[in-house]
Amino acid sequence: MNSAPGIAFQILQSVFVVLAAPLLTGWVNQCRAWLQNRSAPSILLPYFTLAKLFHKDAVFARDASPIFRWTPYILFGCMWLAAGIVPVLATGLPFAPAADIIALVGVFALARMFSALAAMDIGTSFGGLGARREMLIGFLAEPAMLMTLFTAAFISGSTQLTTIVDTLGHREFALYPSLAFAAVAFLMVLLAENARIPIDNPTTHLELTMVHEALILEYSARHLALIEWAVAIKLFAYMTIGIALFAPWGIAEAGDWSALPYAFAALAGKLALAGAGLALIETLLAKLRLFLAPEFLSTAFLLAVLGMLTHFLVQG
Amino acid sequence: MASSPLTGSLLVAVVWLVVAVAGLIPSGNAAFARRIAFPLGALAGLALAAFGLQAVWLPAQSMTLPLGLPDLPFHLRLDPLAGFFLMLLGSVSAGISAYSAGYFREEPSGRLALISLQYHVFLASMAFVVLADDAYMFMVAWETMALSSYFLVITDHRQPAIRSAGFLYLLIAHLGAIAILLCFGVLHGGRGDYTFDALRAAQLQPAWATVAFLLAFFGFGAKAGMIPLHAWLPEAHPAAPSPVSALMSGIMLKTAIYGMVRVIFDLIGNVRWEWGLVVLAVGAGTTLFGVLFALMQHDLKRLLAYHSVENIGIILLGLGMSMVFIGFGHPAAGVLGLIAALYHTLNHAVFKGLLFLGAGSILHSTGLRNLNDMGGLIRSMPATAFYFLIGALAISALPPLNGFVSEWLTFQTALQAPILQNGVVRSLLPLLAATLALAGALTAMCFVKVYGIAFLGQPREPAHPSPLPHSGDAGRMERFGMAWLAAGCFVLGLFPSSFLLILNRVGVSLTGQGLSEQALSGSGWLWLVPTAPEQASYSPVIFLVVIVAVTLLAFLLVRRFYHGRMRLADPWDCGYPEQTPRMQDTADAFGQPIRHVFGPIYRMDRRLPGPDDAAPRYVLKVEDRHWYWLYLPVARAAEFVSSKIALLQQGRISIYLLYSFITLIALLVFVR
Repeated sequence: MNSAPGIAFQILQSVFVVLAAPLLTGWVNQCRAWLQNRSAPSILLPYFTLAKLFHKDAVFARDASPIFRWTPYILFGCMWLAAGIVPVLATGLPFAPAADIIALVGVFALARMFSALAAMDIGTSFGGLGARREMLIGFLAEPAMLMTLFTAAFISGSTQLTTIVDTLGHREFALYPSLAFAAVAFLMVLLAENARIPIDNPTTHLELTMVHEALILEYSARHLALIEWAVAIKLFAYMTIGIALFAPWGIAEAGDWSALPYAFAALAGKLALAGAGLALIETLLAKLRLFLAPEFLSTAFLLAVLGMLTHFLVQG
Repeated sequence: MASSPLTGSLLVAVVWLVVAVAGLIPSGNAAFARRIAFPLGALAGLALAAFGLQAVWLPAQSMTLPLGLPDLPFHLRLDPLAGFFLMLLGSVSAGISAYSAGYFREEPSGRLALISLQYHVFLASMAFVVLADDAYMFMVAWETMALSSYFLVITDHRQPAIRSAGFLYLLIAHLGAIAILLCFGVLHGGRGDYTFDALRAAQLQPAWATVAFLLAFFGFGAKAGMIPLHAWLPEAHPAAPSPVSALMSGIMLKTAIYGMVRVIFDLIGNVRWEWGLVVLAVGAGTTLFGVLFALMQHDLKRLLAYHSVENIGIILLGLGMSMVFIGFGHPAAGVLGLIAALYHTLNHAVFKGLLFLGAGSILHSTGLRNLNDMGGLIRSMPATAFYFLIGALAISALPPLNGFVSEWLTFQTALQAPILQNGVVRSLLPLLAATLALAGALTAMCFVKVYGIAFLGQPREPAHPSPLPHSGDAGRMERFGMAWLAAGCFVLGLFPSSFLLILNRVGVSLTGQGLSEQALSGSGWLWLVPTAPEQASYSPVIFLVVIVAVTLLAFLLVRRFYHGRMRLADPWDCGYPEQTPRMQDTADAFGQPIRHVFGPIYRMDRRLPGPDDAAPRYVLKVEDRHWYWLYLPVARAAEFVSSKIALLQQGRISIYLLYSFITLIALLVFVR
């Protein structure tokens, strides 16, 4: 497993995810514009935005502490790490055993904690508001996410994503009712964790409703660019986790170069569908009031629990 | 025998006692306690940790001391379980003692001598609790521990609130002690031999075994702070000086866990899975209760105390799962649960000790305990802020620090559920894992609140310019103590498999079974493998290296390709020129979403300012419902009963003579 091709695959995948993530964001934005009868921006717009931000002068609040300075890098590092764990293109990556699904959730929690701390660093009222709301959504989403992942873990008898994907990908086609529940729950968690409608609106700066944007209000230029990039990678990572759990067909094994083009094509197709689906959801739904978020996420949690119970019943 | 770990540990305990008494002799010399007593105590702690570690790998040793009552000598025994707890006691207390050497620098010498006396007696008594091998010695050490810590809690006994906190602590400690005493009585079954060997050999009826289990669980639980016997914790911890809070929360609560494991797994034996369910139910309730109330606090030390309640709940979850698995006849999974619980015990001791020390430094520096008055401390206390951040990340169960490892192990235990035969229990365990996940995420929220409000942002109350003009960061010894525990967070987080092997020894010595061969062969220093490599593995070192590497890589890339121009400015005010520091979130504001979501759990009293108030203030009181349905009714009942009994007390000699007469007659009737 720790062979040279394995490591080459690992590096290839990590770099690929980091570079391709803004493309997915661009695709979602484009689909959403089409669905809303607007003229769509270029699919490359997120790259242009990042380039623009990287060229600007950074503006810092006077009292910013090291936490504020380092958080963008830590966020980016966490998401990059996540991109290395999730089997995006191939299973059996050499780095994968270092962190299983629980550690993956831990990585996202680490990133969330730092972004909330950085938001409170300057001492503006928006920062505190954003941090509070972000942590509210976080503590509701995390158990639901873990229960979803546990359902998959029970089916495959492992918390390693690689093993899960191997088990689910190479089985005979069978309908797991438990996975259906889990998939819906996972979708709800994905929406909440990535600050999408109906929990948060990525395009608003309205103080009454914003969550994620309130967190990063004080950031500018390169720091903002890193955060935006990290957000794109996070969306990419969540989507690929979903694909790995619920539609793992076509993934390559580490070191198997011949399967790679097919894996690329399968991934691109699945992501294009998933991105369009996300745009559709965001167009059809309206944003929920903040205090309906607990209901939304506890529904996700209950669905995940139902999925797990169904698994036990079917296994009986 | 001279150099065996048991003799060594005994020697350490004696050194602590000598240090305690020696502090009294050069009275008026505070420098002795600061320069010699506490550092010596810290070194003794280190030695104890080494002996404990050594004992884990050796077969159990025992010894009889020629002390105690006639025909009732003290028995000592050091087995892997005791060795592990001695390691915990020694290593954590070393950091706290070093910190104390700096912390008590401004105490007047008379008081300092007393604190040093009680402090070291407290340490020695905890060592004896762990070493004791008969019920008699155990109870003596247990009571010494309760009393010495009681006197430490009421160090500032001139304040009535502190006296009543101490009283509550003493009361609940003794309720627990009575239950433990009764438990030993049940185990003993009237054979006249109170050594643990005899109690272990006793064959109990299942019903009596269950009674013994319940007595032990609630007796030790009262000391550990599980609900509904937790009420003393949030009162006593803030009342005590900070190093003492660290000692009580970090170590003393763990002696209760030790007692539970010792009595339930070792002395009673034959663990039943139904007992595990009781432990799990209480554990889950304690976990959620603790963290939800922690989120409501604005007194930093009370908040930390509620987190101790929560963490005891997490430990109980691990223990309960272990009991369920063992009860159903799956000792390998049971040992995993036990390892998870004991690992969390050690982790909690380290990070909670660290956090209490950090709270102590804040209190020392600024005189503040109320979070709502703090803000921006990272600028005046950068070292404390750094260590506190490590503690906060560790307690929030974030990788790659230590809190994550034990929660990960607990999750892995819960994921063993499919091997259970009972369908209901099988689906229950993952739900408890979800409870744990919820508690972990809530803890993260709580520590964002603590850290964001205390260390980040701007000072909140203009009346309390924090830090106070004369104050600065923590002193040298204080920083050393915190650095020691912070290093512990890293070591426990990064090299978990070495501790897994230690705990596996403990598990083998208690249940006769260990982890699977695959797990042990798969666990090098790099990899943590609880069951089998293809099922689950975690490598914190690789994790840390990669995360640091990619973060630095991102930094260097940005540095390389970016022009690096930067401007300092005021924070963006959204177009409103009037911004004051009081517009930041307070601790109470931060908890508001929780009050909204979990409203029915709290008993709330809110006072909103009216439209005409000249100085509008929003007052919110959040209270624990346990006081109203449990404690106050019990207190009223006790008062009622004692007022009736007080009728006997007439204060006239003739009446008392009459009582003696009636007693005599009654005795004659019976004895005849």
